[in-house]
Amino acid sequence: MDETLLRSLTPSVLTVLVRRGADFAAAEDAVQDALIEAVRVWPADPPRDPKGWLVTVAWRRFLDATRADASRRRREDLADEEPVSGPASGHDDTLQLYFLCAHPSLTPSSAVALTLRAVGGLTTRQIAQAYLVPEATMAQRISRAKRTLGGRRFDRPGDVATVLRVLYLVFNEGYSGDVDLAAEAIRLTRQVAALVDHPEVAGLLALMMLHHARRPARTAPDGSLVPLAEQDRSRWDTAAIAEGVAILQAALARDRLGEFQAQAAIAALHADAPTAEETDWVQIVEWYDELTLLTDNPVVRLNRAVAVGEADGARAGLAQLVALDGSLPRYTAVAAYLHERAGDRATAARLYAEAARRAPGLAERDHLTRQAARLNASRDA
Amino acid sequence: MAKYLLLKHYRGAPAAVNDVPMDRWTPEEISAHMQYMNDFAARLEKTGEYVDGQALAPEGAWVQYGGEGRPPVTDGPFAETKDLIAGWMVIDVDSQERAYELAGELSAAPGAGGRPIHEWLEVRPFLTAPPTITE
Repeated sequence: MDETLLRSLTPSVLTVLVRRGADFAAAEDAVQDALIEAVRVWPADPPRDPKGWLVTVAWRRFLDATRADASRRRREDLADEEPVSGPASGHDDTLQLYFLCAHPSLTPSSAVALTLRAVGGLTTRQIAQAYLVPEATMAQRISRAKRTLGGRRFDRPGDVATVLRVLYLVFNEGYSGDVDLAAEAIRLTRQVAALVDHPEVAGLLALMMLHHARRPARTAPDGSLVPLAEQDRSRWDTAAIAEGVAILQAALARDRLGEFQAQAAIAALHADAPTAEETDWVQIVEWYDELTLLTDNPVVRLNRAVAVGEADGARAGLAQLVALDGSLPRYTAVAAYLHERAGDRATAARLYAEAARRAPGLAERDHLTRQAARLNASRDA
Repeated sequence: MAKYLLLKHYRGAPAAVNDVPMDRWTPEEISAHMQYMNDFAARLEKTGEYVDGQALAPEGAWVQYGGEGRPPVTDGPFAETKDLIAGWMVIDVDSQERAYELAGELSAAPGAGGRPIHEWLEVRPFLTAPPTITE
């Protein structure tokens, strides 16, 4: 059975229920039940009309749950009514679902969990496993998010930027569990790109594809990180890169630059270089300048310092660091790198060791420790 | 979305404000303390932030590899060990501020006289998976 097909039907089934008058929270539970039922029944007895099957089963579940909940309002009456007319097309409704799941009243972790379940069609258990929390905790997080949304109107237009932030989080902060969250984020971003014509949606999709294309080369067989300059570029997914570049170019041609397009442009320049030495660092610095204008983010200026170090020499890069706050994440690692490039191996070794102590992640810490050890070993020799 | 460990110490933390050993509390005060801890964990489950919590026995042993073909070497417990962990709670929260806020609430658990202990809790972030987008 094609689980991706099944899951891709989730948002449209949910919007059918909501359009018929079901409230979002109850409808979402009913759709989840129907998905679980489909996984059980379809392999032996595949339906001719998968979406119709899901709508029928989910609607029945919704009615059962509503009837069982007799102490609440008499929804049976509602259920017998004619479908409530909603916004014109099914497509618009699906987009509303994204807006609702990324609603600004939700915390980022709640918005991520609800998006993965209500739009992505993942089960609570899969989401819990992906984020390494108990299933009961994830179930509570999702029902709390739905309660928070309780009174929200379903037909209110939202800000596409909130949706993009949630999808970016799904892509960037997933662990590597059974569910491939990066691939899931790409699938959902594609869906949004098909629903709304916005250059930043395309920019985020391109950004994800360009980074995802490098994934096979990012880690060594032992799980350690391989820095960009040392990656085996023959292992990059050239088809994904070509598609990402094409999506980006079409977005840039519309002349409405945004943060994700600029980030994707930087990723595209890396992807474009046959070897690390052939990277067009001058152009990368220019894109960082654009990015700095768009978001005055100190992390961007830190990354820009690295690019300046490559384009104009390590000393120029170090000069850029002076203006930045030393407590920024990865500041010390960048300083270590630039000092080594400038020929000061003793300072670099000391800074790499310090950066390892401050690293937010295990793989990063190990990588930085190895850098310090490499420099210390060559100095002692 | 980050995990933090809240560590409670038998020994090794700076002195609490209401620093009366538990065996000098009334039984009702002990019950009230336990109830507070259970309610706290239950509340975190409801907010979708609870991951795990465990209490540890105060006494354990030190164990070391004993060499090829030999049993492990054991030693201790050592009365002079400075840092003695009493238990932990793991939470999954949106920010460091939220982790501190929750640790502050846990530290308000009632002790002697029913007053908050103001116990010092150690808050340690988990090391994370590397982000995909770095440059």
